[in-house]
Amino acid sequence: MWDYSEKVMEHYRNPRNAGSIENADAIGEAGSLSCGDKLKIYLKVDKNGIITDAKFQTFGCGSAVASSSILTEMVIGKHIDEARKITNKQIADALGGLPPEKMHCSVMGHEALESAIANYYNEEITIKDEDEIVCKCFDITKSFLENEIKENNLKTLEDVINYTKAGGGCGRCKGRIAEILSAVNSQANKTEQLTKTQMIIKINNIIEKYISPELRKDGGDIELIDVDGNQIKVKLSGKCHGCNRAYLTLTHFVEATLRQHVNENIEIIQV
Amino acid sequence: MANLIYLDNNATTKVDEKVLEVMLPYFSQYYGNPSSIYEFGGKNAKAIAQAREIVKDFFGAKNPKEIIFTASGSESANTAIRGVLSADKSKNHLITTKVEHPCVLNLHKQLEKEGYRVTYAGVNSAGELNIEEIIDAVTDKTALVSCMYANNETGALFPVEIIAEKVKSKNKDTKIFVDAVQAAGKIDINVQNTQIDMMGISGHKFHAPKGIGALYVNSSTLITPLIIGGHQERGKRAGTENVPFIIGLAKAAELAKNSLDYETNEVKRLRDKLERGILSKIYNAKLNSSAQNRVPNTTNIGFEYVEGELILLNMNDFGICASSGSACTSGSLDPSHVLKAMGVPFTALHGSIRFSLSRYTTEDEIDFTIEKMPVIIDKLAKISPFQKELNELKQRKGII
Repeated sequence: MWDYSEKVMEHYRNPRNAGSIENADAIGEAGSLSCGDKLKIYLKVDKNGIITDAKFQTFGCGSAVASSSILTEMVIGKHIDEARKITNKQIADALGGLPPEKMHCSVMGHEALESAIANYYNEEITIKDEDEIVCKCFDITKSFLENEIKENNLKTLEDVINYTKAGGGCGRCKGRIAEILSAVNSQANKTEQLTKTQMIIKINNIIEKYISPELRKDGGDIELIDVDGNQIKVKLSGKCHGCNRAYLTLTHFVEATLRQHVNENIEIIQV
Repeated sequence: MANLIYLDNNATTKVDEKVLEVMLPYFSQYYGNPSSIYEFGGKNAKAIAQAREIVKDFFGAKNPKEIIFTASGSESANTAIRGVLSADKSKNHLITTKVEHPCVLNLHKQLEKEGYRVTYAGVNSAGELNIEEIIDAVTDKTALVSCMYANNETGALFPVEIIAEKVKSKNKDTKIFVDAVQAAGKIDINVQNTQIDMMGISGHKFHAPKGIGALYVNSSTLITPLIIGGHQERGKRAGTENVPFIIGLAKAAELAKNSLDYETNEVKRLRDKLERGILSKIYNAKLNSSAQNRVPNTTNIGFEYVEGELILLNMNDFGICASSGSACTSGSLDPSHVLKAMGVPFTALHGSIRFSLSRYTTEDEIDFTIEKMPVIIDKLAKISPFQKELNELKQRKGII
């Protein structure tokens, strides 16, 4: 049994705006019958570009119906260009979160919305000739994967399967996905060459948000002293200072947290 | 929460009160180790011997020495298959079917990585096995043929006795393992006068608790144990005997044997009623389990253009429990390998629901399910993006 939020359950039990719109101004689709989920979204847009009505039809699991249902609620009343900014994460968040394995349902909702808006503007979404179909089970292209990896900050093969379904069928493309994943992520690391000031601001923010609150619970704290490339000099204070488990705190918690949020090569030096 | 209507007995079953009752004293009262020399332990060895005798009769085996208690159906299968291959390394070919339970199928995939060649036999659209495919594949290099007795998803019965006979007539040294987990308790699984060498069962599929199984290995078949250690189970499965569960398994086997008539008649009647009720009331329902020979408790129905997880969630709101071959329910993204092997079309594959009854299923529960399923499917068909296809279906069935 999936650990669905109350909101997800409420939405699949009582889907909002289910059905179709006759003479819709835009229709979008995502997924297919063979893949096990398909979503169709209909929009009515007034002359000012405001979405006045939205309806959906979904073939899919509980979270697919809930994602579609909440998406229609999110777009009604918005300008079509505003609606275009909605991300799959916002859909998942509006539902109080989705189980990791079900994140692809929010991605599909987002995809259907994109397709509807493109339809509204008469843009053609076509697979570029040079684009590579990576996952043949679910018909997923390289450019789609690259986009989702960047957009959702996906780090592992499991993340990619959960968010896009790619690799979740026969699994033959897992090697290729891993290549794409590491290519996108190493590119992301390169582009993130921060200046020293930017680095200090970023690290201080992470310390404030994720690290200090935890240390304060134990009556300690941490202070950033200097940044030298990937070497981060810190000083422990309060109860942490002189604690014989300080080393563990620094490597297992502080270093790990910074590595996760800044980059893999962060090294902590206690001063 | 609504009243519980449990129609998922191929997944697991309720422990029979009578089973629980005979088990209880062996937890805190008669907790001695059967291997101990003093009476307090030794009498548990006697209790196990009695249980083994009952389980022997359940299999129709000749000798209690042919019964090994295990912890699960999966362990029984692994013990049998790996056991035979380790004991005789002279052959490198295996045969099984595409629709086995993962404990057999994935083990064969693993064995392929270890260097064995495996032939996987297919099934037709009714879920019936093509036995010629098995027989044709037998060579002098074939070490083992593993075939299930009844399929867990469709209930289709495979002619294991005939398969064993034909395989042996082609190569008498090829061993035969039958996974009888879904047949035990539903039909008579008698190895007497058959050429079957090994057969595995799991207690929790017939009202014993989870965590106990058994394996029949005939006296002419040598196996190397999977779990090495003490002398328990005549050296075939080390580890202190799980006394209460072994006692429970034997009681469940005895009760199951006595209720086979009820399964064949009453459970089957209710299953057929459910099947007919759903198929006649729901225009986009389609029988997946149309095999001629089936266990009496199982039916598998595909609902076209609606998705299985969503059906189950809606059934859950009425307290009805069943299973789906849909991808979404499993955590894997791939739909059921069994239904795919049968060639069930995509239109119904993701919306397939398995209902499995037991001797506890009542007429009221079946009537309630027949009443609610059309309501659920109608609600979900209305929000399906395949309205055109659904309308065509209606037209074909003469509804509109």
